[in-house]
Amino acid sequence: MSLLLRDSPGARAGLSIALATGLYGISFGALSVASGLNIWQTSVLSLLLFSGGSQFAFVGVIAGGGTGLAAASAAALLGIRNAVYGMQLNALLNPRGWRRVVAAQVTIDESLATSTGQSDPVEQRRGFWVAGVGIFILWNLFTIVGALVGNALGDPKQWGLDGAAVAAFLALLWPRLRSREAGAIAIACAVATVVAVPFVPPGVPILVAAVVAALIGFFQSSRGPEGEGLEPDLDPYRDPETAGES
Amino acid sequence: MTLWFWIIAACAVGFLTKLLGYLVPRKWLTNPRVARIAGTLTIGLLASLTVVNAVASGERLVLDARLGALVAAAIALWLKAPFLVVVIVGALAAAALRFLGMP
Repeated sequence: MSLLLRDSPGARAGLSIALATGLYGISFGALSVASGLNIWQTSVLSLLLFSGGSQFAFVGVIAGGGTGLAAASAAALLGIRNAVYGMQLNALLNPRGWRRVVAAQVTIDESLATSTGQSDPVEQRRGFWVAGVGIFILWNLFTIVGALVGNALGDPKQWGLDGAAVAAFLALLWPRLRSREAGAIAIACAVATVVAVPFVPPGVPILVAAVVAALIGFFQSSRGPEGEGLEPDLDPYRDPETAGES
Repeated sequence: MTLWFWIIAACAVGFLTKLLGYLVPRKWLTNPRVARIAGTLTIGLLASLTVVNAVASGERLVLDARLGALVAAAIALWLKAPFLVVVIVGALAAAALRFLGMP
């Protein structure tokens, strides 16, 4: 293992991202039980849905009083980018048989980013599997830890757990705001949400924003330069010199 | 029980979405419209979820301690704090403001 790590930049990147990302599971577990889900429901989301944004969306809608349908819809829409990742990874790694099913389950922002961040095909494969499987294991372990801690805390508001949810969503959004256009889309959808809240049932404002975002994407698809920040992947290898810009 | 149903439904749809990516022909990916909609949808949904969790309470807009969490988290992100630190900062800000009497 140490030999593999020393000689493999893909495995090294995958492991460090797995450690950093797996820990977020604590915040998901705590927020999920604060939203009213029990530990089993929380764990099933981490095991089977296994896509941080979709999981936070699901419990976020439930916490806001939304219906199960609205929660599942928000989670499903936020998972659409995973289909695009799957297409990219299929072309890159071409997994066969049962490996394809496992690869699909561990296809998330971080495994895609780790894999595409490598140039050597062998390292692309190692990066994907180490990040994907590593995050899956740690994410699920820390989800349980977070759910148990959250359960023991009592009134979640007193501990600011609703504030933690706000911070988590902003932190998921933040790295995607790399261009002025991305910022404009975020603001347009935020405004659409605020306007919709008093008029429709909880959960639906998020779907209204989704329609706005999809329309913007549909009508602007013909223009826009490469690397403007709208491509649906996260880049963990951003140059520290330029990471703060845009 | 109904919640369980929607949890399982969300999980099934989530996995099938991922698997679908591995099954569609590669050339679909070269359609820039598909890729861009996936990108704008992700940004729009995350922005919406941030706002809903910050100011919505059922069908009402309320300004409470969560707004402080939003500002504190933005400052932490601007200072390039890692994800978990940002989440903790958000929780601490909301908890502190409530302790000081904010709703």
